[in-house]
Amino acid sequence: MPATLAHEIAELTGEHIVLVAVALSIASLIGIPTGISLTRKEAWRGAVLGITNVVQTIPSLALFGFLIPLPFIGGIGKRTAVVALVLYALLPILRNTLTGILGVDPAVVESAVAMGMTDRQRLFRVELPLAAPTILAGVRIAAVTTIGTATIAAAVGGGGLGVFIFRGLASVDSSEILAGAVPAALLALAADGGLGWIERRFARP
Amino acid sequence: MEPAIAFRDVSYGIRGKEVLRHFDLEVAAGETLVLLGRSGSGKTTALKMVNALLTPISGDVYVEGKPTREWDPILLRRRIGYVIQEAGLFPHYTVARNVAVVPQLLGWERDRIDARVDDLLSRVGLPPEEFRSRYPRELSGGQRQRVGVARALAAEPSLLLMDEPFGALDPVTRRDLQLEFLALRSTWTKTSLFVTHDVREALALATRIALLHGGRLEIVATPREFLAEKSGEARIFLAALEDLPEA
Ligand SMILES: Nc1ncnc2c1ncn2[C@@H]1O[C@H](COP(=O)(O)OP(=O)(O)OP(=O)(O)O)[C@@H](O)[C@H]1O
Ligand SMILES: [Mg+2]
Repeated sequence: MPATLAHEIAELTGEHIVLVAVALSIASLIGIPTGISLTRKEAWRGAVLGITNVVQTIPSLALFGFLIPLPFIGGIGKRTAVVALVLYALLPILRNTLTGILGVDPAVVESAVAMGMTDRQRLFRVELPLAAPTILAGVRIAAVTTIGTATIAAAVGGGGLGVFIFRGLASVDSSEILAGAVPAALLALAADGGLGWIERRFARP
Repeated sequence: MEPAIAFRDVSYGIRGKEVLRHFDLEVAAGETLVLLGRSGSGKTTALKMVNALLTPISGDVYVEGKPTREWDPILLRRRIGYVIQEAGLFPHYTVARNVAVVPQLLGWERDRIDARVDDLLSRVGLPPEEFRSRYPRELSGGQRQRVGVARALAAEPSLLLMDEPFGALDPVTRRDLQLEFLALRSTWTKTSLFVTHDVREALALATRIALLHGGRLEIVATPREFLAEKSGEARIFLAALEDLPEA
């Protein structure tokens, strides 16, 4: 492998990781609080889950296309890529937050109320710790899919390992495609393993 | 003297089903009133009205003279010790942290909490050195229940709600804890509302027994009066005790 190729792989992998990490962080910052508030507002649950579900079904290339003409969040570049990735990552994080908290044993929740915990105390001392493994599982699923979807970000100038793949497609050069696909697959495996490990740590008190 | 707890014409229902009907009951300060009744007669429901986990559909429950609707529910609950029927321990907390929950919410100091936890664990027959750092899943059902009792007593509440606290215990341990309860009671000034479906336990612990039947209060009687009952639900319970055919 020529040194320049190795260098480019390292650079684009780094770019890819940053893209995914930024998107996941934003999706968690939006998805977890939204999921928590949905456990308190039953009336909103169907609508919010419905919308995130629909977003999930839009083919990724099309979604990137839709975003390009939009002001502020659209255009060509990293910002558009991040917005699209956030939209995809939102659903698993939101859904797992919701099911994780609603899945806490009702007897345990009732006992938190009966001991005189406020709503916040109940959330932070009882519900979130017990839902943590499920919420983390949502983040892990989001991470793995985002690493894959992020390869399409290159189509809108988002950079990352997709650059190899699109270049390979254009020049019908399968080694270029592999230079993008293999590191992306390895990243996904690493994220799955790493986050799975953290998840198991949380499951055991 | 003002009753510690008073139910005044309380009715409660859920999904069109009446669970408590025109319930009137006063619990005097310092007494152990036992709510006795068959499964589904409404004992747990009545108990949960006292710490505002449930709100009456009509009527009011008074705690220390004030209707529960007017209490700040958080303050009310921190003043009342509650032993939950299924223990309801926090699975991610150790035994010690479970017992310490309410003192911690009340902002007690660390040393005071630790001393209190150890004292209570010994009292309920769980040597602290052995049990302090265990998790609920590492305990038997009866041990969990005892942690539930310790937790309810932790913040020295003047009011105790106990929902079949000794239900999951073998007869020997059960007897030990009942005796411990009686011994404690002679030294404290707590009021307790104690739920059981075991007539023997009711007779042993109660200052008065309130017998529930299908959501209605059938009689309120001292154990002696209760034993003398000749008819109704009380007789059925006593017959079960004596293993006699029903009259
Ligand atoms: N959340 C609920 N939804 C529907 N019905 C309920 C609910 N909670 C209680 N009930 C009904 O109310 C009645 C009284 O229930 P409660 O829990 O007070 O009985 P209990 O006397 O404590 O019985 P047990 O000795 O079995 O604990 C029962 O018929 C029960 O099925
Ligand atoms: Mg009950």
